[in-house]
Amino acid sequence: MSVFVWIETFDGAAIPSSWEALGAAQSIAEALNTETVAIVFGENCATIAAEAGRFGAARALICDAESLSEYRLESYAALLSNLAAEHKPVAVLSVATNRGRELLASAAADCESGLISDVINLRIEEGAIIGTRPAYAGKVLMDMTSKTATTFVTVRGRAFPAPRADDSLSPPIESVEPREIPPEFQTKIEELVAELGSVNLADAAIIVSGGRGMANNPISAPDGISGEEASIWKAKDGFANTLRPLAEILGAALGASRAAVDAGYIPYEHQVGQTGKVVTPDLYIACGISGAIQHQAGMRGSKIIVAINKDAAAPIFKLARYGIVGDLYEVVPVLTETLRKKLR
Amino acid sequence: MHVVTFTRSTPDTAAKVWVNEEGEVAWGDVATVVNPWDEYSLEETIVQAKQFGGESTVIAIGAELHNDALKHSMAMGIKNVLRVDAVGLDMSDSLVWSALAAGAIRKLGNVNMIILGKESVDVGTDQHNYQLARRLGWTMLSYVSAIIETDCAAGTIKVEKMLEQGKQIVSAKLPAVVSVMKGINEPRYPNFLGIRKAAKAQIPVWSASDLGVDTPAAATRALRFMNPPARDISTEIIAGADLEAKTAALVERLFEEKVL
Ligand SMILES: Cc1cc2nc3c(=O)[nH]c(=O)nc-3n(C[C@H](O)[C@H](O)[C@H](O)COP(=O)(O)OP(=O)(O)OC[C@H]3O[C@@H](n4cnc5c(N)ncnc54)[C@H](O)[C@@H]3O)c2cc1C
Ligand SMILES: Nc1ncnc2c1ncn2[C@@H]1O[C@H](COP(=O)(O)O)[C@@H](O)[C@H]1O
Repeated sequence: MSVFVWIETFDGAAIPSSWEALGAAQSIAEALNTETVAIVFGENCATIAAEAGRFGAARALICDAESLSEYRLESYAALLSNLAAEHKPVAVLSVATNRGRELLASAAADCESGLISDVINLRIEEGAIIGTRPAYAGKVLMDMTSKTATTFVTVRGRAFPAPRADDSLSPPIESVEPREIPPEFQTKIEELVAELGSVNLADAAIIVSGGRGMANNPISAPDGISGEEASIWKAKDGFANTLRPLAEILGAALGASRAAVDAGYIPYEHQVGQTGKVVTPDLYIACGISGAIQHQAGMRGSKIIVAINKDAAAPIFKLARYGIVGDLYEVVPVLTETLRKKLR
Repeated sequence: MHVVTFTRSTPDTAAKVWVNEEGEVAWGDVATVVNPWDEYSLEETIVQAKQFGGESTVIAIGAELHNDALKHSMAMGIKNVLRVDAVGLDMSDSLVWSALAAGAIRKLGNVNMIILGKESVDVGTDQHNYQLARRLGWTMLSYVSAIIETDCAAGTIKVEKMLEQGKQIVSAKLPAVVSVMKGINEPRYPNFLGIRKAAKAQIPVWSASDLGVDTPAAATRALRFMNPPARDISTEIIAGADLEAKTAALVERLFEEKVL
């Protein structure tokens, strides 16, 4: 018996939230009196397995092959399904990233095993694995269990603390062979346009978000731009020159409401909410966002919410711990300056 | 080219949803809508099928409640509709769902591409897509933000995928299951004629036994539903003589809260 944790990697390094999944795995492994096994696929991935060991994995199973250097669902799922079938772990965990979700769902189907996705709490009750997950955009919570010998679980980012690394640990690492995938069942990666260096919304401890109010930028648009085009130009300028400096000083990711995305002020990748990303930062600063229910669905779980809005009656103030009533184009630059002095 | 999409009805996103005294999830008499993520997959299905002069079919698996989503899909322009009635089966388990969905695809026989929405807005599992692809043994292209090129003769497809770290261009062989993101297109609104046609349409219903599949037992079970603990928020509107004083007070509070 063991608890598997898939350590997700990108560009040759483990993604930090993988350690949160390892922490969640350790808590159930302890209650079941068993051990955690880090699963690492990639090229030259032994160093990542060793790192997993320092974060507390009791063992690691690695598959080190050139063909695995880039994540591809087909080859990764074939390997994971095979390892799960062979070792029969009680649970297979990963963080609920895009890749974690598709990989574990695929392997769970291969193994005819139950899958509990996006859990925020994981525990053992009378020997059974119970996961609590939000549903209906967080309006409801549900407890789920699985009846199969192996349970696949994805954990929501930032819901579980990452264990502390201990440099004295160096657990055993075992290598396994890659699996051959028929070419007609293999996708080909043509190109990767990575935005390295930008803060990922799901991992962010602080998020600064802008809404439709971003269009009310007092700056004038260049000559020849008018109407809707001018609104878009002003809002883009506001995201770049008013919100981004605040985000930068805080090391924060940039978020947005759907209204801002749909109006073309900022790309969809930044959308927070029911049809965007669900985020749980420590601090969420909403600027020029009214706080519609579908926006709340994506950010209600934030620890502290700050609202900056010129309308004192905006619903966002019902959700916020702190609010400043005022024009964001007046408030945000002063806030950025205050922080610059304080954090220097 | 035959493009198939799946959809179902979900409660309106603005609805108040709660767990009632019987422990069931309730949303009063608020109407259901077509799962909002599926507006994009329905649109893309119409576009892809039309581009290759092919067929489009939409399938819902579950109770009659989902007829509304099917009618909406038809009104948008999907040609064929179908409901798989899963009486007595535990549809909350995605392995049960994917066995039925794969059964329906096999029964249809000539399907080249399946397009789905990224997730259901209610349960939000984001897992049915992958398990369907797995059961069929088809390639999975997930989080697709653009279908760049489909070559029916060569049986290939090239898409742009969204990653947390950026974007990726990927090519693969058909048949494939594609799950699409918001932003891939501008979903059309059903027009008057479409709505009238859909209102009159008879929706064929297949039962699980028509599909000739052995539906597996549900692997997972929902033990209980709970109302989340009420958030005890008292909002402090920061006061101060001027903006410098207000922002300084705010920063002070944020340090006290240990979020800075
Ligand atoms: C199916 C469905 C899914 C949806 N999914 C999402 C989602 O994922 N995410 C999402 O965000 N929305 C979503 N929505 C849309 C949602 O209902 C709202 O329309 C949207 O959140 C509104 O965005 P907003 O707050 O930026 O704009 P508004 O509601 O227009 O609010 C703008 C706010 O800015 C303030 N303001 C204006 N100028 C200034 C200024 N200079 N300084 C300070 N404040 C100012 C105003 O007082 C106002 O409160 C969804 C809707 C549906 C139906
Ligand atoms: N019972 C169902 N019938 C048809 N489509 C469904 C059903 N359940 C989920 N889907 C679709 O599967 C996709 C992924 O949803 P999910 O995995 O539930 O988040 C969405 O496009 C859903 O509309």
